[in-house]
Amino acid sequence: MISRTERSANYAVLALFAVIALFPVLLILATALSPDAIGAGGSLRSLEFANFADAWNQGRFGSYMRTSVIVAVLVVALSTVFSILAGYAFGTMQFRGSEVIFYLLLLGIMVPAEALVVALYFDLRTLGLTNTLVAIVMPQVAQSVAFGTFWMRAYFRSSSREVVEAARIDGAGHWRTLWRVLVPMGRPAITTMIVLVFMWTWNEFLIPLVMATDESLRTAPLGLAFFQGQYTSGTSLLAAGAVLVALPVVLVYLFLQRHFIRGMVEGAVK
Amino acid sequence: MAVPRTTPRPPAEQASARPGGRGRPGEPRRVAYLYILPAVTVFALFVLYPLIRSGVFSLYDWDGLGTAEWAGLANYQAVFTEPALRGAFVHALVLIVFYAIIPVTLGLMLAATMSRARMAGLGFFRVVLFLPQVIPMVVVAVAWRQIYEPQGPLNSALRAVGLDALARPWLGDYTAALPSVGLVGTWIGTGLCLILFLAGMAKIPRELYEAARLDGAGRLREFTAITLPSVRGELSVALTLTVIAALKTFDLVYVMTSGGPGRQTTVPSYEVYNNAFLIGRVGTATALAIVLTVVVFLVTVVINRVGEKAQR
Repeated sequence: MISRTERSANYAVLALFAVIALFPVLLILATALSPDAIGAGGSLRSLEFANFADAWNQGRFGSYMRTSVIVAVLVVALSTVFSILAGYAFGTMQFRGSEVIFYLLLLGIMVPAEALVVALYFDLRTLGLTNTLVAIVMPQVAQSVAFGTFWMRAYFRSSSREVVEAARIDGAGHWRTLWRVLVPMGRPAITTMIVLVFMWTWNEFLIPLVMATDESLRTAPLGLAFFQGQYTSGTSLLAAGAVLVALPVVLVYLFLQRHFIRGMVEGAVK
Repeated sequence: MAVPRTTPRPPAEQASARPGGRGRPGEPRRVAYLYILPAVTVFALFVLYPLIRSGVFSLYDWDGLGTAEWAGLANYQAVFTEPALRGAFVHALVLIVFYAIIPVTLGLMLAATMSRARMAGLGFFRVVLFLPQVIPMVVVAVAWRQIYEPQGPLNSALRAVGLDALARPWLGDYTAALPSVGLVGTWIGTGLCLILFLAGMAKIPRELYEAARLDGAGRLREFTAITLPSVRGELSVALTLTVIAALKTFDLVYVMTSGGPGRQTTVPSYEVYNNAFLIGRVGTATALAIVLTVVVFLVTVVINRVGEKAQR
């Protein structure tokens, strides 16, 4: 019923959009690999991998990336543990005030960082805490915990009661049931959450921009933005920096793409 | 909202089938407070408290250094009357067209024409089309700045096909700057919408279309009667993601234009940053942030309400 031409037309449309989606990415990649020349599509006869080394050292991207890794590890680790604990309580236990507290957290998912960061900056400045890892990490932990609790609660609510019962009969308390039974079983849901929080943290711009006044605390996207401000665009060093900044997220995405797509669609409240 | 599932049976059913004994899940437990303590503490300190403080700040005139003076609702009045601040919201509306309306419309139309054929190998396209959602916005901004350069690929392409008159320094041009920023949003959102709608439409039973065709329905009728109602869930997800992204645009504007030329590309988030940290109007900045938060809330709730109702 569906003609062959219709099918090839479909592939043509998809291919066109794929090319459009990839063009800026390939442009940056090509610029990063070309000898320093303004503009696009420089000849690729000699690939200049030295640009990456220059960006890493001279451009200080090595230092920016290190900060980003530290921030991402801290945010992901803290928010994952906190979210699992809280999601477990909200998903499997009854306690006074649980509804009110949960809806408060849910509201928190929607609060844009803009609404927090100004007041937070001036209050943390009073405490002498601006320009520290705490100021960069903790607001992001808080925002991720709001989403993570919502996400883990949904998993724990859907997890099988028989399994939990069986664990109980075997004499496992609530703590052991959580870590020995439910967390191993919930690895797909937890992976999705970790992947999303990692992406949001790695890509976050406003919070480090406001909180990190010192160059040594600049995260990778922040470093790139300042680098861009200092040099004209289109230079291979800038492009190499951009590739470095994007690389970790893109790599994780290529390996775990299903988690990204599913997570962003199901967690669309954020 | 969908939920990750590991069990085939809905939990509610099982819970009602089991009037619990002591210590079963779902029973009242004090220990729950210990479990939620870390999350709630962090949340209260770093989301709730700053939010309340923002509300307080928004009622004062303060430059960030000297003493604050009570201002009542004057800062909010400024948000709605000062041309520069109101302009930021107008720009956000324009961005919604580029970030949300165009990608959703385009995605719907393309997916509807494409979903007639069952296609293999969609996995590859899904990975590629979704990619713009993942790349750090600052990197996206760097890439598109290069595209928009006076001697960049866009102008070269225009000159190559004889449209020299259209070539311009896109981000420095008073009329072209905002649409140029918006177009980046279109680039980010279109793939997402297309993937979402293709997946949604793939779930529609073919028989529905055959039945409609027997009833003599045309393509347009098919679309409005079958396709569109079937993907309402996906539609509300796509709209939520893209409209919120438009409202919260910051990185892109900060890196690509810094709000310029003039004030042509300022957006609410940028004005929050600008007022608080560059021109020392902390009260105005927080009032603006509170208004933005309320708008984000309303938009999210409205889109999801409409989506939920439609799904029933």
